[in-house]
Amino acid sequence: MDPNQKRAKAVDRVDSVDTGAASSESTRMCPFPDEVLERVLSLIGSHKDRSSVSLVCKDWYNAERWSRRHVFIGNCYSVSPEIVAARFPRIRSVTLKGKPRFSDFNLVPEDWGADVHPWLSVFSTAYPFLEELRLKRMAVSDESLEFLATNFQGFKALSLLSCDGFSTDGLKAIATNCKNLTELDVQENGIDDLGGHWLSCFPESLSSLEILNFASLNSELLLQAPQLMELGTGTFMQELVSGPVTELKNTFSNCKHLVTLSGLWDATPLYLPVIYPACARLTFLNLSYATLRSIELANLLTHSKSLRRLWLLDTVGDKGLEAVGSCCPLLEELRVFPADPFDQEIFLGVTESGFVSVSRGCPKLRYVLYFCRQMTNAAVATIAQNCPDFTHFRLCIMNPGQPDYLTKEPMDEAFGAIVKTCTKLQRLAVSGLLTDRTFEYIGKYAKNLETLSVAFAGSSDLGMEYVLGGCPKLRKLEIRDCPFGNAALLSGLTKYESMRSLWMSACNVTMNGCRELAKEKPRLNVEVMKDEGSDDSQAHKVYVYRTVAGPRRDAPPFVLTL
Amino acid sequence: MNLRLNLKATELRLGLPGSRSPERNPELSLLSSSKIDENSHFPLFSPKSVVSRNKRGFAFSEGTLGSNTEAHIIQSSMAASVQESHCEANDTKQNHSNAANNSNTPPTKAQVVGWPPLRSSFRKNSMATITSKKVEGKSGASALFVKVSMDGAPYLRKVDLRAYSVYQELSCALEKMFSCFTIGEYGSHGNEKLSETKLKDLLHGSEYVLTYEDKDGDWMLVGDVPWEMFIGTCKRLRIMKSCDAIGLAPRAVEQSCNRK
Repeated sequence: MDPNQKRAKAVDRVDSVDTGAASSESTRMCPFPDEVLERVLSLIGSHKDRSSVSLVCKDWYNAERWSRRHVFIGNCYSVSPEIVAARFPRIRSVTLKGKPRFSDFNLVPEDWGADVHPWLSVFSTAYPFLEELRLKRMAVSDESLEFLATNFQGFKALSLLSCDGFSTDGLKAIATNCKNLTELDVQENGIDDLGGHWLSCFPESLSSLEILNFASLNSELLLQAPQLMELGTGTFMQELVSGPVTELKNTFSNCKHLVTLSGLWDATPLYLPVIYPACARLTFLNLSYATLRSIELANLLTHSKSLRRLWLLDTVGDKGLEAVGSCCPLLEELRVFPADPFDQEIFLGVTESGFVSVSRGCPKLRYVLYFCRQMTNAAVATIAQNCPDFTHFRLCIMNPGQPDYLTKEPMDEAFGAIVKTCTKLQRLAVSGLLTDRTFEYIGKYAKNLETLSVAFAGSSDLGMEYVLGGCPKLRKLEIRDCPFGNAALLSGLTKYESMRSLWMSACNVTMNGCRELAKEKPRLNVEVMKDEGSDDSQAHKVYVYRTVAGPRRDAPPFVLTL
Repeated sequence: MNLRLNLKATELRLGLPGSRSPERNPELSLLSSSKIDENSHFPLFSPKSVVSRNKRGFAFSEGTLGSNTEAHIIQSSMAASVQESHCEANDTKQNHSNAANNSNTPPTKAQVVGWPPLRSSFRKNSMATITSKKVEGKSGASALFVKVSMDGAPYLRKVDLRAYSVYQELSCALEKMFSCFTIGEYGSHGNEKLSETKLKDLLHGSEYVLTYEDKDGDWMLVGDVPWEMFIGTCKRLRIMKSCDAIGLAPRAVEQSCNRK
């Protein structure tokens, strides 16, 4: 897994396409000067299309790399910053994702890695005119934020989603130094809220800020937010979190252009009417921190008929979801979170009937994340019939391994119905009592599936084998607590290089199985995370991903690369 | 076989007489008791992700069950199969020492790491919405959450008793918390004044009384004892309809009569 060797191979691949008919082809095919080709290719935005373009021939490879302005790196360890900088000289915008998704749920130890700093160091010399940086699940320190703020003069947009390691001091550095900031989006991060008044560090003359989102921070800070609203009036697309609601009455009446609204932690029913004037144009409403009841939600929704995306807490109950079904015909995305996920004594929340109500009233639904405590196969089949356009279907029946509560059968037919009916399905998360049959359905029918999340499911290796044998577009597979072993792991030998990554934890995979995979597939990193006090022959947490950068050089002691 | 039976007869168990501890078999033989929910067999998932929050997490007896047998089953089946495997079974030694004090506190349910799949920032914030925010300067003692139910309300809430220092504060917080239910009954047309007055009438009038369950399991009227003593002994709160409060101390009934 010598990185130089890898690099040579990547280039070889392009060259070999090029030789053969190349010389005649290039004289025939490319009457354009390079500049024209670059200009044409610069209009191509999708990174998948750009990847395809770069494989056509050497000229196109070069034209593409010079014309690319945005690079998307789905796994920070699949490539090194040096390789990126060498290939793409004119990048203005970078999206970088780090830790495996299950790190959001504490399944990945701290100090696992995904430090953004090495990237920033390389970018400071390679891309001094970098304008945008979007990070997801990266480790970001205050020093890194300060480095960013002081080394990139034209920096405009920073988005930090589910990152950790920094505090409001780092945000202070950004606010103070980035004179051209148009976007600051800080969400769902594990950050130290040191209070302080980082918001006041924005210079008064800052008129460029358009997007400001810090939904997860302490509401104390947000008293200053209304002042920011006055900057750049009329062009705001801003997400606000409300603090003491009385202070915001005036701001909301000025909010004619508000498009998204989130937060409302302190919202009590008496005060909700305050935001009604702002609701008419809302397309996204995030109420996932507000313990609303069905009737409060219903009243709010009658003012919000333009909603496309809605996030709720399950305190609204099935009745609240009925209101959603009747008030929001344009709804495309619904997420229902549990107010009390760990307390099983309080039996409340939403059930299958709420979900069915929404599906009846909102046929355009394409994205659902639904946490519930009971579900039936019949209900899901109905939902699939009502909403055949699902692209993202994430159902979490919170009790692991729970069957259809009416028939007591496994939930296989539910997910079977989804994959058979929703042909555009790209992302699926399954739950409940599931046998290998579910995976047989998935492997057979889910032709467009890219991401699959599985927990506490399956009966044997066959389950995983079905998925790896089918699902032609699979890119990310994450599995926990399933009875899949080495045979299942190795059945994907030919598939993993076409995927971004595989995660398996608390399954039946052994170190020997992992070693064999690593041996057969040198272009994959097969990493095992050691657990304290666990059996040495078991591979408790396995993370497999393709890479051109070789084994990690910054791996902590508990990560073994085989 | 005989040997096993004898052992069973002399086994030190944690339950009330007559309760049976589930077989130590990771498969389906937990279904013997009528109390156990038929659905809750979990032969398909491994116990490797269990983290017991409490050393008592492996108590087997039904006698210590507070309420939800399903959760208990997760715990028992996990415990049973964990003992078979060589991993986390280091807490089982605690079982015998718990025989003496298995009365009031329900066993903490064994919690699966990272499940349900919610980001920790979300979990932290969702708890924050349920408690009162009066915590400035009270960084000493940890929170003391108790459940509050109201007759007729569709769900429970939780309050942190340590966030208040007098009964009046608690009463106000509860009024705020449960106002949505009573307002619901009167229609919610945003007429703030009217609704709040009505609520106060409800809570201070004759319709509802605030009661609590103390450490001995008795239901008492809130306000009878000094505040410090109250938070030391209160396990849960209930906003009860006055007509149901007749079983309480007679003094309570008299008081509510006087208010009429």
